[in-house]
Amino acid sequence: MLLVDDERDFVDTLSKRLLARDYLVAVAYGGDQALEIVARDGCEVMILDLRMPGMGGIEVLQRIREEGHEVEVIILTGHGGAKEERAARALGAFEYLHKPADIDKLVDAMQRAHAKRNERRSAP
Amino acid sequence: MDDPTNPLKYEHRPTSRRAAAPSLAPRRYRRLFRRVALSTAGVTILPLLVMTGINYYQYQRAIEAETRQPIASQTTNAQRAVEFFLKERESALRFIVKQGTVTLDCNNAQLAKNLGSLRTSLSIGSFVDLGVIDATGRQRCYAGPYKLLGKSYKGQDWFHQVNQRGIYISDVFLGFRKSPHFVIAIRQEGAGGAFILRATIDTKELSEQILTIGLRPSSDAFLVNREGVLQSTSRNYGKVLDRCPLKVPHFTKGALVIKRTDRKGDVFLGYAYIENSPFVLMLTKRSEEVMGGWTSLRAEMLVFLGVSVILILMVIYFVSRNMVRRIREADVARAQVFHKMEYNNKLASVGRLAAGVAHEINNPLAIINEKAGLLQDRITLSDDDFPQEQKLLATIDSILNSVLRCSTITHRLLGFAKHMDIQFETIELDGLLKEVLGFLDKEATFRNIEVGFEIDDDTPSIESDRGQLQQVFLNIINNAFAAMDDGGRLEIAIGRQDDTTVAVHVKDDGMGIPSENLERIFEPFFTTKPGIGTGLGLSVTYGIVEKLGGDLRVKSEVGKGTRFIVKLPVSSPA
Repeated sequence: MLLVDDERDFVDTLSKRLLARDYLVAVAYGGDQALEIVARDGCEVMILDLRMPGMGGIEVLQRIREEGHEVEVIILTGHGGAKEERAARALGAFEYLHKPADIDKLVDAMQRAHAKRNERRSAP
Repeated sequence: MDDPTNPLKYEHRPTSRRAAAPSLAPRRYRRLFRRVALSTAGVTILPLLVMTGINYYQYQRAIEAETRQPIASQTTNAQRAVEFFLKERESALRFIVKQGTVTLDCNNAQLAKNLGSLRTSLSIGSFVDLGVIDATGRQRCYAGPYKLLGKSYKGQDWFHQVNQRGIYISDVFLGFRKSPHFVIAIRQEGAGGAFILRATIDTKELSEQILTIGLRPSSDAFLVNREGVLQSTSRNYGKVLDRCPLKVPHFTKGALVIKRTDRKGDVFLGYAYIENSPFVLMLTKRSEEVMGGWTSLRAEMLVFLGVSVILILMVIYFVSRNMVRRIREADVARAQVFHKMEYNNKLASVGRLAAGVAHEINNPLAIINEKAGLLQDRITLSDDDFPQEQKLLATIDSILNSVLRCSTITHRLLGFAKHMDIQFETIELDGLLKEVLGFLDKEATFRNIEVGFEIDDDTPSIESDRGQLQQVFLNIINNAFAAMDDGGRLEIAIGRQDDTTVAVHVKDDGMGIPSENLERIFEPFFTTKPGIGTGLGLSVTYGIVEKLGGDLRVKSEVGKGTRFIVKLPVSSPA
């Protein structure tokens, strides 16, 4: 599980709450950092913000696809309308959520993403 | 940098074209029409009038000149004839003196013989008598019907004149047998001295001859003396020795034609003074007869002028009116387009602002959400007991609730700014509206609101987006319900507006909208109920209708009700 967002306050708090719910969570504050972690350690589910300085969320998504990483990406953004949603889903985003998000909804989306990932892995 | 919360980013820059929008008041167009019509009429009619006037006067003068010419000739000829007549008589007298038959030493018998031969040789204007008068003015000899022998003319004016000039011709007088005569006297030197030979001449035949000069019954020719007494009988102006109504013109050497007016109208008067006599020859012809050609030409000209002027005025009136009408229509259309443009700009600006604000707020909102959630977690998930745990949790709950409320608001703001694609499908409007009414069925029944539904038979199905149309009508009907009292009536009418448009009327009998607000109800954030809602409903509705290629209008009267008119295109804008 990787949380990617440049808003540190937000992402730190969220990671604490997820940890309290027994999830293994890593944090990246930018797109480059995120890709680094994915390349180095792998990642099953990513919660990705769109608006980040430098490499934005869409670009991260693109690079993930290009580099062939198998990650389920849940977009969690305060910006973005239908256009961004379409673009993200076209790039294979699993879910598109708006901030502020209810923690339970988030957890639910994560679990589904995880399940999907397991499905893929077990499929021949 | 890119800070959408900065209102300056959305500052509306007015285009100079818009700044000069003129008024659409009917008064302005009436004035325009008057200006156009008057100036065109002036420019076309004035020259026409001037030209016609000039032509009129020129023709009149030319034709008059042409008319005068023959009259002048006739007058001159007549003048010569009369002068010749008088000269003939004078020569006759001089001849008999030259012959030597008449001298100062005269005798009556000889004179009578002379008279007789004069009478037979010159039958026109017969000599009535003959007399010899000596230098003292005493009648020496006489032949004729009067008893003038021995009479003295010493003091008389004519005697004086004949001595001075050598010849004298008198005015006409009623003489022998009450017929008109005149006297001609010549002074002769003879053996024995100067004497005067005086003769009286009958004018009857002269008079008649003169009259024949005027051939037409309305023409006239006659002699008058310088005091205006007729010397011959005129056809139209009286008998001999009557006063001629026409004033005698001043002396000129030859013949002259002038215009006079008599009791029947205008006449051309040709006149000539007869030499050595008191006579003035007058020849008259009626104006309307000799200028007959002119009167008909004049009438034609005036008729033509009249008809032309009327035609010109009519054409100018209709053309100007139509042109001004078209101008007005164009101005109105342009004003409408500008209004829409301006409105759309505003809408877009507000949309962008709203979206920007919403986006920016979402992040801090998310932080509050997570932090409060974290607090909640700490309390609920840990094993410790917290003092006043319930109260703490309640407080955190209210924080989270407020976050939720903010989130709803920002989502609505974002929804307002979102540009959704239109998914076209064929829609039967009556079905769609009945569906929408279905959503509000419960409220209608509960509040006793009567709903009337009418659809024209020839209403076509339209191509549009179902979901967005539902939103539009839901919004409008909701507004109507909100405005109505319980027991009110809502009327929905659907019909074909024209070949390409369908119109839906939603009419309520609620409280109505005051006219000063009518212009503003589609404005974003405009609401008459502060605190309730965002004031975005109708502006969103307006935006959707515009996007679908339609038109949304409202008519309202306070206390009576409101009518929303939604016009939609039958087919999607290509």
